[in-house]
Amino acid sequence: MSDLEELYREIILDHYRSPRNRGELETPPAHRTEGFNPLCGDEVIVYLLLDDPAKGDDAVVTDIRMGGQGCSISQSSGSMMSAEVKGKTVGEVRALTKAFKAMMSIHEGTLESGESVVTASLDSDDTDNFEDDAPEMDGELAALRGVVKFPVRIKCATLGWNTLAQAIRESIES
Amino acid sequence: MTSTESKPTDLPRDQLDIAAIKADFPILKQDMNGKRLVFLDSAASAQRPTSVTSAMTLYYETTHANVHRAAYTLAEHATDAMESARKKVAGFIGATSADEVVFTKNATESLNLVARSWGAANLGPSDAVVLTELEHHANIVPWQQLAAEKGFEIRWIPLTEDGHLDLTDLDQLLGGAKLLAVSAMSNVIGTLTPIRVLADAAHAHGALIAVDGCQYVPHLATDVVALNADFLAFSGHKMLGPTGVGVLWARKHLLEEMPPFLGGGGMILDVKKDGFTPAEVPHKFEAGTPPIAEIVGLGAAVDYLDSLGMDQVRAHEVALNAYAMKTLKDRFGERISIYGPTNPSDRGGVMSFAFGDLHPHDVSQILNEHGVCVRPGHHCAKPLMRILGVGATARASWYVYNDESDIDVLADALESAGDFFAF
Ligand SMILES: Cc1ncc(COP(=O)(O)O)c(C=O)c1O
Repeated sequence: MSDLEELYREIILDHYRSPRNRGELETPPAHRTEGFNPLCGDEVIVYLLLDDPAKGDDAVVTDIRMGGQGCSISQSSGSMMSAEVKGKTVGEVRALTKAFKAMMSIHEGTLESGESVVTASLDSDDTDNFEDDAPEMDGELAALRGVVKFPVRIKCATLGWNTLAQAIRESIES
Repeated sequence: MTSTESKPTDLPRDQLDIAAIKADFPILKQDMNGKRLVFLDSAASAQRPTSVTSAMTLYYETTHANVHRAAYTLAEHATDAMESARKKVAGFIGATSADEVVFTKNATESLNLVARSWGAANLGPSDAVVLTELEHHANIVPWQQLAAEKGFEIRWIPLTEDGHLDLTDLDQLLGGAKLLAVSAMSNVIGTLTPIRVLADAAHAHGALIAVDGCQYVPHLATDVVALNADFLAFSGHKMLGPTGVGVLWARKHLLEEMPPFLGGGGMILDVKKDGFTPAEVPHKFEAGTPPIAEIVGLGAAVDYLDSLGMDQVRAHEVALNAYAMKTLKDRFGERISIYGPTNPSDRGGVMSFAFGDLHPHDVSQILNEHGVCVRPGHHCAKPLMRILGVGATARASWYVYNDESDIDVLADALESAGDFFAF
């Protein structure tokens, strides 16, 4: 497979063309958070509904909807993310986010450029640093692995995840 | 905002020898991703001919010393090199005196200089500054920053459906305004704005006009007197010159009345414990050691453009506009929409387009595989993006070293992007 085919796996294009959980949720009770990729103008809106934000890490994602516009990578990553996190606890979502971000950086051939992009995306949230021994990603999300060969696209792939992390933080704080 | 077909009768004669010009730009001789490099991103930053880099190397190898304030011959030569570039730049834009040319870091700094110096001294809560909806952030944010401090109003000239300025309410917008700050050419949709008309209207209302010439000066013959401008900002790197040098031109009396912007060495006549006396213009606005080699390089870029003739440069770009609009429409029909004015001669050599429902970032990714450099994004003009109703566009832009074959490669690459995403 060429790098390009690796980047645009069929499953990615499928999520791009038919995004899952597209739409809005009523706020409140849901929480709405916007995320931007200033580089290319991509925009993601996360509507997050937790069963009980007061439970912190044990709160469950009872529903999620995604809005916004952007490239195939940002939109499909957000779509896959929404499908994965529904029904998971906040703690599980955090672990998954960490694993996803690890996949975006540690399978990287040209670490230097990859690193700078990842660091930049980290600036915008306070999630913990990646763990080198993060679990292997499986399921559809693994299809996004090809993104690491295109460092500028890493920001696209992590946009939804950073926005979700922010939505979780804001939900729990408010 | 879709283009219609151009009338062949609009085409001016294009007499540049593009093969010879291409040969002057070493960077274009390389392959990228196994394909010939097709550089279509000059609106972001142009490439430079060997004559520019050689002038800079020669300067460093034979002439460099800090300018001004020195008695030895080498420093005198360095000063001469810099001042001779200033004269060339002045001539290039039709300035009546080289003293009206201030060297800055880039157009952004030039516009900030106008805001921080002229603006801070002249604008208050009851005033207004008029901008347009097609401005680059460099001609928006400095005014917003200053407005937050001084409390003046910012007004916006709207756009028509086809991407021209809508001047219907111009008189109303200018009423009570002190400044009209406007781009002479959109870096996104290529629109050329009627600077002379705007300048006369601004003056009739007692306002000044600051022109963002970042995209205009590199591509069209510029005459600040004929344009009736008060300020003109542009960058060296978009006109075949080096990065790190830009220009602010302003009428001399304005520069003389304005307070200095940055303070430090080079911009003073005298400094005492209780204050300083600024130097004469333009040095009053050139604090610290200037980018001397870059200024010399900019002088060489001006020589290069002069040798081609700016009217020829413009004719070539209009011909490429027409060719690109026709080629892309012929090949892709409704699948491509080209933003902005439909007449090739109403535009600079900048073309933003949407290709089917493919996102610009994905389009450019595929084009990159074909060695084609186009830019996806908001192009630092987010208010304009919102009006276009998109988050981003793909933008191709051309210059003296591009020709029809580059447009053909672009079209072939777009074809394969369409195939790849199967639409
Ligand atoms: C219309 C316009 N104005 C201002 C600028 C800012 O130029 P620079 O980044 O060189 O300061 C640009 C560059 O993209 C531009 O296109």
